[in-house]
Amino acid sequence: MATIVQRPKLSLLERSYFPAILGGLWITIKHFIKMLFGQTKVTMQYPEQKWDSAMPEWYRGAPTLVKDEHDRERCVACQLCEFICPPRAITIKPGELPGDNRWSKVEKYPEKFDIDMIRCIYCGLCEEVCPEQAIFLRKDYSITGLTRSEMVHDKEKLYELGGVMHGLVHKWNEKK
Amino acid sequence: MPSLDLFLQPEIFLVWTSALKTLVILGVVLTMVAYSVWAERKVSAFIQDRIGPNRVGWAGLIQPIADGVKLLLKENFVPGGVNKFFFSIAPSLAMIPAILVLAVLPFGSSLFGVPMVIANLDIGVLWVFAVSSLGVYGIVLAGWSSNSKYPFLGGIRSSSQMISYELSLGLSVVPVFMITGTLNLGEIVQYQVDNGWMVFPAWFQSGGGLLEITTDNGSMFGLNLGQSLLWIPMMVSFVIFLIAMFAETNRVPFDLPEAEQELVGGYHTEYSSMRFALFFLGEYAAMIAGAGVIVTLFLGGWSLPFIPDGSQGWFWGLVNIGTFFAKVAAIIFFFLWVRWTLPRFRFDQLMKLGWYVFFEVALLNIFLTAGILAYLQS
Repeated sequence: MATIVQRPKLSLLERSYFPAILGGLWITIKHFIKMLFGQTKVTMQYPEQKWDSAMPEWYRGAPTLVKDEHDRERCVACQLCEFICPPRAITIKPGELPGDNRWSKVEKYPEKFDIDMIRCIYCGLCEEVCPEQAIFLRKDYSITGLTRSEMVHDKEKLYELGGVMHGLVHKWNEKK
Repeated sequence: MPSLDLFLQPEIFLVWTSALKTLVILGVVLTMVAYSVWAERKVSAFIQDRIGPNRVGWAGLIQPIADGVKLLLKENFVPGGVNKFFFSIAPSLAMIPAILVLAVLPFGSSLFGVPMVIANLDIGVLWVFAVSSLGVYGIVLAGWSSNSKYPFLGGIRSSSQMISYELSLGLSVVPVFMITGTLNLGEIVQYQVDNGWMVFPAWFQSGGGLLEITTDNGSMFGLNLGQSLLWIPMMVSFVIFLIAMFAETNRVPFDLPEAEQELVGGYHTEYSSMRFALFFLGEYAAMIAGAGVIVTLFLGGWSLPFIPDGSQGWFWGLVNIGTFFAKVAAIIFFFLWVRWTLPRFRFDQLMKLGWYVFFEVALLNIFLTAGILAYLQS
């Protein structure tokens, strides 16, 4: 069924546009004055204000490596994360622990551990697959650099971001 | 002291005071141009519930300087196929007329006995109209010489716009001359000092008032029959002149030559670096000059009620200059406010508005003024 939309009959005053123009000016000046006196709520001013405190526990930020309470690096260079990483961002060069080392029973450690943060898609599969609870996605999200090489996190940087993790972690959060 | 005497000889005195006034006015107006760009961004942000520029300096106050440096350092690109001569002179043609208008505007009463106007021409208003209309050549030449379709459309729109507003712009100020009897902008302001502003005729010198309060210096505050009657055509003139000024300075709702949403950048699409900046600054300089003309013709120029002029001491001279620029700033704020409120007119709507409405109303207004003046004199 056809719908007929009746055009509104405009009075002479309305057709002169003046009431509409003045109404529009009134609306914009209201916004201007409210803003001038700081009564308008504006968006978060990002670099000064951040939403870090409101971030959930299960936030998936940059992947990091952690050490345990004995200052031992948890990673045993099994390379599972390297194999599962969908964008192949992780590169590990495994090394053998010398016999006189306190943790020589562990046998392997990563000589080099690089995560290319240009490639990383923050999927969290590395954290999920890790049998040693050595790699965790932390809350760092602002990863920036001026060169490509700066964007590759090496072992030192990964431990700096990761820090120390005590005991076993229940990492199977259904939201993660 | 022969050297001082030399400086006080009338001809030499005129030369160096004029040069000084020109320099100061150029400095003030170019600073105002830079900061009206800043104000534009701030006002638009506030109206749209944003904060606007706030990174460079406190509240972004150094932003205009940063913008200027950026534009100076950019590549001045000339596309292939343009008409190089007209392409290069068009930006200057857009900027210069706006600045030339400032020469005849009385921006203050007097300071140490020197009248605060660069050129006190007896044909002041004609000069304003003649020179400010030249600004359209910059736009048309830019559009045509760019050899590109969007600038070309911008240039065509600009010329069609000019023929539709220019008539009503000229006709709307005729009643002002009929009342004041002069084309000299300084004398028009003096008339308003004595008889109340054109849009606010609340004091007068001769008697015959309906309501009057006499002040110490002889002028009377209140209403008088003649001025109250003349206030009606003056308001009509003021509204038409204001709207035509929006078209003259290419401001929204009549920014058809630019029309970012339709024509990319309009006439300055092909321009970059300082040539683009000249167009941009020319637009704002034209806005300031236009606001100055509106203030001079209708809002009493440098005068405020009960504030003496510069003959009463240099302090009042400075107050008068400050008053003029404050009024100009208020008009510029109105320009910005309207820009962020109204949508753009269509090409044919603008021509209809100019030819069918404002032209007739301005003509009738002249006859109305003549009738009132004849009635008052009889």
